[in-house]
Amino acid sequence: MHKESEIRDPLILGNKTYHDITRDIARPVEGKANKYWWILFGLSVALFLWGVGCMAYTIGTGIGVWGLNRTVNWAWDITNFVWWIGIGHAGTLISAVLLLFRQKWRMAINRSAEAMTIFGVIQAGLFPLIHMGRPWLAYWVFPIPNQYGSLWQNFNSPLLWDVFAISTYLTVSTVFWYIGLIPDFAMIRDRMSKTISPMKKKLYTLLAFGWSGRAKHWQRFEEVSLVLAGLATPLVFSVHSIVSMDFATSVIPGWHTTIFPPYFVLGALFSGFAMVETLLIIMRKVVNMEAYITIKHIEYMNVIILFTGSLVGTAYITELFMAWYSGVEFEQYAFLNRATGPYWWAYASMMSCNVIIPQLYWIRKIRTSFIATFILSIFVNIGMWFERFVIIVTSLHRDFLPSAWTMFSPTFVDMGIFLGTIGFFFTLFLMYSRTFPVVAQAELKTILKSSGSEFKTRSNE
Amino acid sequence: MSKKILYAIFDDDEVLVKSVKELRSKGIEIAEVYSPFPVHGLDHALGLKETRMAITAFIYGCLGLAFGGLLIYYIMISGVGKSWPMNIGGKPNWTFYQNMPAFVPIMFECTVLFAGHLMSLTYLFRNRLYPGATTTSPDPRTTDDKFLMELEIEGSDVEIKKILTATGASEINEKGNENE
Repeated sequence: MHKESEIRDPLILGNKTYHDITRDIARPVEGKANKYWWILFGLSVALFLWGVGCMAYTIGTGIGVWGLNRTVNWAWDITNFVWWIGIGHAGTLISAVLLLFRQKWRMAINRSAEAMTIFGVIQAGLFPLIHMGRPWLAYWVFPIPNQYGSLWQNFNSPLLWDVFAISTYLTVSTVFWYIGLIPDFAMIRDRMSKTISPMKKKLYTLLAFGWSGRAKHWQRFEEVSLVLAGLATPLVFSVHSIVSMDFATSVIPGWHTTIFPPYFVLGALFSGFAMVETLLIIMRKVVNMEAYITIKHIEYMNVIILFTGSLVGTAYITELFMAWYSGVEFEQYAFLNRATGPYWWAYASMMSCNVIIPQLYWIRKIRTSFIATFILSIFVNIGMWFERFVIIVTSLHRDFLPSAWTMFSPTFVDMGIFLGTIGFFFTLFLMYSRTFPVVAQAELKTILKSSGSEFKTRSNE
Repeated sequence: MSKKILYAIFDDDEVLVKSVKELRSKGIEIAEVYSPFPVHGLDHALGLKETRMAITAFIYGCLGLAFGGLLIYYIMISGVGKSWPMNIGGKPNWTFYQNMPAFVPIMFECTVLFAGHLMSLTYLFRNRLYPGATTTSPDPRTTDDKFLMELEIEGSDVEIKKILTATGASEINEKGNENE
């Protein structure tokens, strides 16, 4: 058996057996939801419905109901799109990249992180859909043979790359997630009794695809997981690189930047991990996963946040330097205006939330505190939203003609749609946390003997 | 009718692997092992062949790359049928190789799309996993914490039962008369 160093902290706390893991993971699915779940669920659904109303209003009336004008013709819609896509990046990083690096701590959190990815990408996808104005023609973005004298998409355009990247990302992530879910659904299926919950039994039988855990199936399972991780790793880097090219291939000062792809990918991982922390710190309490999602997991994520946050900060400074060094007046003004113009407060929020505040993670006490981590993760979520807002709006609002200079102010519809997607996201996540095995229990059982606290102390004696 | 099916249940993965090795070294074939999680080293102990899932992924990936390339060639370059070389922003698409850099992202995405989905479908197909299928595991505890070894025996089972008990099986049941 694989032995683990004594110095490493255990990843599973308490005296757990294989059966304990089964029972703990199945409990939220088998039990009833508590009061707090219903309150949160009610709030999320209310927000979601408000968002649906705003979307319907937008589609019925036209995107004139947003705060856009001729100068700032792209604002909250794309900001929210990039924000959600970024949030979606941590899930695949945890389940794919950390699998390739054989990081065992991913096993307790990959299921929920990947759920968050899928739900985040769904929210992101809504924005281009609404922005089309006529969402029922959304299939026009795909190269489908047609009768319009054969009207095709432009394969040179980053917007079409986006279509391919995001559809691939969403579907491949979902498949990756589901392949891992099958054995866990089977575990729940086998615990359900036919007499107590016949409907539930039927449902989980359907979801488990008839999994029986044969040796050959497990062998294939492991290889398929590994190959999917290998495919998803370049995929996750490609998706946000392509998103950044929506801006980087344009000629707008402030957007036309070659460092955008790595800068956006790092920002995405940074914000994604912050959202994973926000969700998991609550979830571990609500569904009693304290023994599996430990402070060690949070600390590992905080280290990644510190690392990516510092790199994002480096990218901000590099941008400023390059603007000055380029000698291009327009480029220089775009960045001067960004930092000191009328949107200085957005720039200052971005800088403090993304660059300065995460530096607190150098302090061990803060890095290993649930409360501090929760508060800091909210700051990062806000900071990363502002980053996209700053990049998009401040680059547009003072364009080449001073007579066209203007400001952007969102209408209630802009805000309603954004809040609606937050509601939709939490609605999905709350439903997930009650019906899905929230921890990849089959995988977790493989590390119980090497990383469980009881087993570790016993092997040292 | 002397064929019997034995179900030996183990409580621990390491004990199971040891028992598998012991039985196989005595020339006894193991029909199947059901386990709640992938047991490290079990496939070697059972003498399973390497899986070819990764090879299928490579083939599907090549297929996806070819599909993406041909699709873009047909739409942007070829001029075949109702298509014509697209001219966008005064930058016409006359040749594939000159416009190739702009086509890389979608060709890459097609590669991943095909490899990921088709391999997963192959996996489900080969494992006979589909919505509505029912489990073939003889004991529901095998998705929880028990490891089940299935043996097909002709003739006397006394010797095999002795080895199983000696190597740590916690229960030995015969098919058709398991103690429920």
